Formats: sequence, C-alpha cells, structure tokens
Amino acid sequence: MTTTSAPPSSPPQRREPAAQKRKGRFGDRLFAGASTGSGILILLVLAGVAVFLISRSIPALTADTADLPNEEGLGAYIGPLIFGTLLAAVIALVVATPLAVGIALYITHYAPRRLAALMGYVMDLLAAIPSVVYGFWGIATLAPALVPFYGWLERNLGFIPLFSGPASVTGRTMLTVGLVLAVMILPIISAISREVFSQAPALHREAALALGATRWEMIRMSVLPYGKSGVIGGAMLGLGRALGETLAVAIVLSASGVVTFDLISSTNPSTIAANIALQFPESSGLNVNVLIASGLALFVITLAVNMLARWVVNRRADFSGAN
Amino acid sequence: MSTQTPVRPVESAQGPVEVHRRLPRFAPSGLYVAGIVVGALLAALTTGGFNIALTVVYGAVLGTLAVWLTSRAVEGRRKASDRLVTCLVTTAFVIALVPLVSLVYTVLDKGLERFDSEFFNSSMLGVVGEGGGAYHAILGTLIVTALTTVISVPIGLMTAIYLVEYGSGRLKKAITFLVDVMTGIPSIVAGLFAFALFSIFFGPGIRLGVMGAVALSVLMIPVVVRSAEEVLKLVPNELREASYALGVSKWRTIVKVVLRTSIAGLGTGITLAIARVIGETAPLLVTTGLITSTNMNPFDGRMTTLPVYAFYQLTQPGFPAEPAIARAWTAALVLIILVMALNIVARLISRFFAPKTGR
Repeated sequence: MTTTSAPPSSPPQRREPAAQKRKGRFGDRLFAGASTGSGILILLVLAGVAVFLISRSIPALTADTADLPNEEGLGAYIGPLIFGTLLAAVIALVVATPLAVGIALYITHYAPRRLAALMGYVMDLLAAIPSVVYGFWGIATLAPALVPFYGWLERNLGFIPLFSGPASVTGRTMLTVGLVLAVMILPIISAISREVFSQAPALHREAALALGATRWEMIRMSVLPYGKSGVIGGAMLGLGRALGETLAVAIVLSASGVVTFDLISSTNPSTIAANIALQFPESSGLNVNVLIASGLALFVITLAVNMLARWVVNRRADFSGAN
Repeated sequence: MSTQTPVRPVESAQGPVEVHRRLPRFAPSGLYVAGIVVGALLAALTTGGFNIALTVVYGAVLGTLAVWLTSRAVEGRRKASDRLVTCLVTTAFVIALVPLVSLVYTVLDKGLERFDSEFFNSSMLGVVGEGGGAYHAILGTLIVTALTTVISVPIGLMTAIYLVEYGSGRLKKAITFLVDVMTGIPSIVAGLFAFALFSIFFGPGIRLGVMGAVALSVLMIPVVVRSAEEVLKLVPNELREASYALGVSKWRTIVKVVLRTSIAGLGTGITLAIARVIGETAPLLVTTGLITSTNMNPFDGRMTTLPVYAFYQLTQPGFPAEPAIARAWTAALVLIILVMALNIVARLISRFFAPKTGR
C-alpha cells in the first residue's frame, strides 16, 4: 500500500510551509511514539506476568520441605493439581471437539441461510455467559441430573477403570466438571471451525458437487481437508481455556487431592486454578508463594498450548494465502 | 437439495442402467420422529415412567439408525452415508442447544425469587439471613469495569493503530503473536500477576479495587487489540491516500479519517470486550476481596464485585443458607442480564453508527 500512496502524497508535502511542516511532524512523532509505546507495553506486560510470578514463587521453590503446606515438597503438592487440570481439560476436549465440528458444519452447510446467522449469534451468546454462572448451573442442574447416569455407568461399565466407582451421590465428579468445561469451550471451537469451514473455496465445493458428489462427500473432499488445521487450532485454543478455567471447577468439583482416573467417584484431584481460587483468600505467608508457584506452572502450560495453537492456525493462514 | 431428480426406471438395450431411487421428501424426518417415539416408549418401559434424558438418547440413536437403514435399502450406500451425516450433524447442534436452554431456565427460575427492589437498594451490611442485597456489589462491578476500560481502551487502541498503520518487521510480528498468546492467559494467572505486582509495594495482605482493574486489563487489552485491528484493516486504503494527497499529516489522517470511519466497529469491539471482562470472577477473587458495606473508592480497601459476591453467597451461605443461595442466584441473573445487555448494545452500535460509505 505504501508504494501506491507514495507518488501522489510526496510532492505536496515537500511544498508545505516550514512551520506547518514542523507542527505536523511533531504530532506525527508523538502519535507514532505513543502507538509504538503501547505495543511495546504489551510485550512488557507479558514479560511482567512471567517475572512477577517467578519472583513471588521463588520463596516457595527454595523453601524447606518441612515448611510447605503438605510437608512433602513442592512437586508432590503441584503434581496432583497438574494431573487434575489436564484430566478435566482432556475430558472437555474429547466431548466438545466432535460436537463443535458438527455444529460448525450444521451452521455453515446444513442450516437454512437465514437461520444460520441467528444460530451463530446464539452460539456467541453461549460464549459470553460468565464462568461463575456455568458453575452455578453445573452444581444445581447438571450434577444432580447425572447421578442416575453415574449409577448406571458403575453397574454396567464398572470394569473400565474410568468408571470403577463408587459412584458419587452428589454428582460433583471429575466427569461432571469435564462436561461443564465442554459446554464452555464448545462455542470457541465451533466459532473457529465455522470460520474456516465457511472459507473453504467455493470452486472446490462446486467442482465436487458437479462431479455428482453427495453433500457429505463434498464436505469430506473439499471442506474438511481445508479446515483441518483450523479445527485443530480451535481445539487447542479451547484446551487452553479449559486448562485455565477456575470458577466452574471450584464450584462443581468435590476435590481431595488424590491422583485417580476414576471419573465418577466423590474423591477427585483438584485443578490448579480451582485450588488457587479456593485456597488463596485464606492463605498467608509461604502458602501464598506456593499457590503463586502453582499459578506459574499453569501459566507455562497454557502458554505452551496457546503458542502451539496459534502456530497451527497461522500456518493454515499462510497456506490459504498462497491458494 | 432442491433439484429433485424424478424416479426414472430406465431399461436400455445395453442392460440395466443404475436407477436413482430417492426417498420421498419428508421420509427422513418422519423416520427420525418415529425413532424418537419408539425411543420414548423404550425409555418408559425400562424405567417405568417418562424420562427425558433416556428418551433423547434412545430417540437420537434409533432415529438415526432408522433413517440410515431405510436410505441404505432404498437409495444405496453413498446416499445413506450422506443422510447419516445429516442426522449426526443436526443432532450435534440440538445437543449443544440443550445446555443453553437448561442454563437460562435454571437461572431465571431460581434468580427471579429475589429479583426485587431490596436486592438493588441495600448492601449486606449487618444482614444475617433474610433480606440484604447486592447494591455494593453492583456498584463495585461498575467501578472496577469502568476503571478497566479506562486503562485498556487507550492502550489497546493505540496498539491496534501501531499494528495497522505504523508497524513493520519483527516488532509487529512479535506483538501480533504475543497479543494472540495473551488472549489465552488464564484469568486466575492475571489475578495473581496483579496481586504479585501490588504486594511488592503494599505488602502481602493488600486488596484494592484498582488491583482488580489491573488484572482485568491484562485480559481485556488483547481482546480490544484484536477487534480494533480487524476493524482498522477494513478501512479502505483509498481514504488514506486521498487524505495524504490533500497534504494531511499521518496522525491527523488516522484521527480524522481512519478512526472516524471505523468508529462503529470500534464501539462494537470495545463493548464486547467489556462484556467479556464484566463476568470475570477468578482475578477479582484474589485482588478485590469481599466486604459487606459499600466502598466507592477503588484506591482504598476491599471492594465487593458482583461475580465474587455470587460465588461467596453460594459457596459460603452461612446459616440459614436459603436466603444467601437465593441472593446468589439473583446475582447470577443480574450478571447474565448485564452481559446480554452489553451484547445487544454492541449490535445496536454497529447498526446505528455504521459509516455511510454507500458500499
């Protein structure tokens, strides 16, 4: 764009009176400086998040094992939390991704055009509902509704370690948390999938239909290959959100700091974020540093997941630009 | 789908030609409904009563199976898998709507109980049991959110201007990438960051309204940057070039032409960003704390906000528990209403302030 704008704009600038030119230059310099400064400030904030978290967790990292809350060492304290965080997020991802792809396909290729815009809006509203409200819904509606289902799982699929039970009578289990998180990340994954599906080249789609393909064959041949990396990237962004989700987990889960793959019992590992939210207000001294150290672990995990996700999504952007 | 090929039983001299037989137009949906009815019967037989969850599960499975098998028998394998996928995709969509409907119903059902004038006119000062309200929490949320907006919008907007108008090379790439990454920072980590920052200067027990605003800004800035950047990119280059051709300096072009043209989109983006942070709970839990009285000063002392209020009323209701839990649900309802209102305002902004470009 600069090459096209340069020829017409440069001659008048040269003929400007000196005073006006200086004034314009001052304003320009101020504006350029302010906007560049804001950009750099963002870099500093992100660096600041890392630096401050590290500086406040150093006391916990260097502390004597006996002074820590569990008296067994920092790794033994954070380990189960990381396990719980990953377990909840993976359940959410496994449940949400196929559904989100289905929703995205329905809105982009199946729903009537007029209805599709409305449905997209409804899905966006789902994304805007605050997480604390999801937590309320999870504990008041979803958890009691799932109790009979958990009983059924224990009786019929109890041989699978995931459902060995004993089934919780309150429904406040890891599986419930995973399902609440799935509902929360559904709009994120489906929004990004929707975007890439609707961008699939019309020529490819029409060519497939012209060859006599059914709608599903058209989608399988032209839309899905095109949208694959977008779906993967969207799923990983959803994973990042599920990893960091706090309040819904804190409200719904009845946690007891164990490491278990049993998804339907009343003893569950907590997650990092929920543990911080529940412990922080009553903590002081070294406990605060321990919690910040666990927050640092969460920050590193989500940062890695998000960077990977962005890399996958951006790689698709480069590819489609060349297409 | 509208092109219906008529059923043509063709016989030719070369032998049997493949016959395109099709199900009648309403057969698939009819079969699906039949599947759901059978599912309801099956659910009623197995549980001895009406069970909505089992009906849905059996119905979806049986309906899909019925459509697939019939289509397979009549129309052939390819057409059958097409119908199967249509069923699956539609089912996925309906399943996704269930939680939304259930959530809105639950919150309305439980939240309307205390949706009265007392809730909006009184704080929790000296309240035990019945009565009390969220006046202080609503005020706190408005103050903290306003402060967050004041911090985030200038920084976010200027960064977007940098990315679109000035930026080039590695710094631009780095900022774009890190803004994307920043969108994914867990909200609780943002809260811990604000706490770590302020506790260095004010000691470990510090809780301030402004800390909450700083924490929320970490979450809001990237959202503002992202949406503003998208909007500024939409401003046609011809407008900039016309302005330069008239000898207007760059910063005046940005303020008078670029921002003026994109004001509707910017307003929408900022409103949606506010809607995103107004319901954030986790960062406020560790930064603003909780009090029962009204505090108007974000630079002095604890400040209750609506999401934190709702959280504590539900999880630590005290005794008797029922009034506190009712207050929590009403707070959740108010929160949803706030978020929905902001979403509607965002839509209205984009409708009424859209530039009159004639495009």
